[in-house]
Amino acid sequence: MKKVEAIIKPFKLDEVKDALNGIGIKGMTVTEVKGYGRQKGHTEIYRGAEYVVDFIPKIKLEIIVEDHLVDQVIDTIVAAARTGKIGDGKIFVQPVERVVRVRTGETGSEAV
Amino acid sequence: MNSADTAFILAAAGLVLLMTPGLALFYAGMVRSKNTLGTIMQSLILISLISLEWVYIGYSMAFGPDVGGVIGDLSWAALRGVTIAPSDTYATTIPQVLFMVYQCMFAIITPALIAGAFAERVRFPAFVVFSLLWAVLVYNPVCHWIWGSGGWLAKLGVLDFAGGLVVHATCGVAALAAVMVIGPRRGYGQTNFMPHNLPMTMLGTGLLWFGWFGFNGGSALAANEVAVTAFVSTHLAGMAGMAMWTVMEWIKLGKPTTLGAASGAISGLATITPAAGFVGPNAAIAIGLVAGVVCYLAVNLKSRWKFDDSLDVVGIHGVGGVTGTILLGVFASKTVNPGGVDGLLAGNGAQLVSQMIGVVAVCGYAFVVSWVILKAVHAIMGLRISEEAEHQGLDYTEHSETAYN
Repeated sequence: MKKVEAIIKPFKLDEVKDALNGIGIKGMTVTEVKGYGRQKGHTEIYRGAEYVVDFIPKIKLEIIVEDHLVDQVIDTIVAAARTGKIGDGKIFVQPVERVVRVRTGETGSEAV
Repeated sequence: MNSADTAFILAAAGLVLLMTPGLALFYAGMVRSKNTLGTIMQSLILISLISLEWVYIGYSMAFGPDVGGVIGDLSWAALRGVTIAPSDTYATTIPQVLFMVYQCMFAIITPALIAGAFAERVRFPAFVVFSLLWAVLVYNPVCHWIWGSGGWLAKLGVLDFAGGLVVHATCGVAALAAVMVIGPRRGYGQTNFMPHNLPMTMLGTGLLWFGWFGFNGGSALAANEVAVTAFVSTHLAGMAGMAMWTVMEWIKLGKPTTLGAASGAISGLATITPAAGFVGPNAAIAIGLVAGVVCYLAVNLKSRWKFDDSLDVVGIHGVGGVTGTILLGVFASKTVNPGGVDGLLAGNGAQLVSQMIGVVAVCGYAFVVSWVILKAVHAIMGLRISEEAEHQGLDYTEHSETAYN
């Protein structure tokens, strides 16, 4: 079991979600986050003064999948979220030790 | 008593009062969210504080029987003799008590304007004491000099239709003194102090513009041609200021901003204030356009000089009020207002000289006395909130409240 964590541009959320539904992914957790990478921040103007805003709004998706689906999920997210411009985001994959469904107590891949 | 005049000034007084809560929103949108209520309170509470002061001594100091051209005596204190009968000196067609309350609204908003300069860093008790002393020692005398019967600047021919000197120049130079005495917010130059709610500022702008029709239109003190002239000039200068500031910003920074549009409108409105009843529509537009340029440049000087005039009281109200007072000496015309004066363009350079004397006298006096009051209040009770309180914000530390949950 792996957790795929993807940071994407907010306006790409619907496209990524639809693409993941298309390959049979049944659930995900979405968080509004802020951060910066190579894109750095952006500049805002108030009364003639320029302010640098370090943190840019992004969306973080968390998806738990079985190991053999990881590559397909990554490819799907990359295809749907890419604009080709700086700031498209990143994907991180981590191992997941245990999964439990709260309602039934099921564990492992049954619980995903 | 004239019923039409009375009805008009009643409505105008209500409009001017509305400017103070309007200003509260205008300012509060520009501060950080932790200082929203503290900033609102620095306008709102003055409705109580200054109204009390005005009834008991302020009105008499400003408009009471003249003492040497510099101040009114206290014989009208607590409104003794100020009744529903019209005054034989001021606004002779409306009850004097209505004139009193109309002028009260001007006295309220003037110290409220100053508070924008020291936003986000002053203790509430010190703010209250400063505002009261300032109203008594700066506003009341200057108001008497220009609008009071026998005032020395009025005798020299200095004109100020609705408060370019009495309101905007006094609050602007007091703001400058405050910025110098109180110093910048902690982290100024390193941290971003971005506005937290510009839609709130836009709502405040709308209320201010709406109220300004009562401020300038009502300053005719009668429902007559001068009121109409002032109303029209007010609108035209406001819109011209907004257009010009927006264009300046668009050219220099690449984007027209909403805060720029609002700032330009307020600049135009402040700048036309002294001239509103003395100039025609074309002159009003010219004054508004000049305001958009001059105030924009003045606000931009601030960052070069490292002055933390947080909400630009000096650049917009001070510079606007002074510019309008001078331009009155250029554009005034007796063909527009037969009871007014001719300015430079109508062949009378003397009025321009009078206006300059007014600017120097009012700004010099207001700066020095404001400085002394600020230093005294600072020495006795301390103007600034503590470093920790400044980090937490005025809402919590001064009022035990939170604006947003």
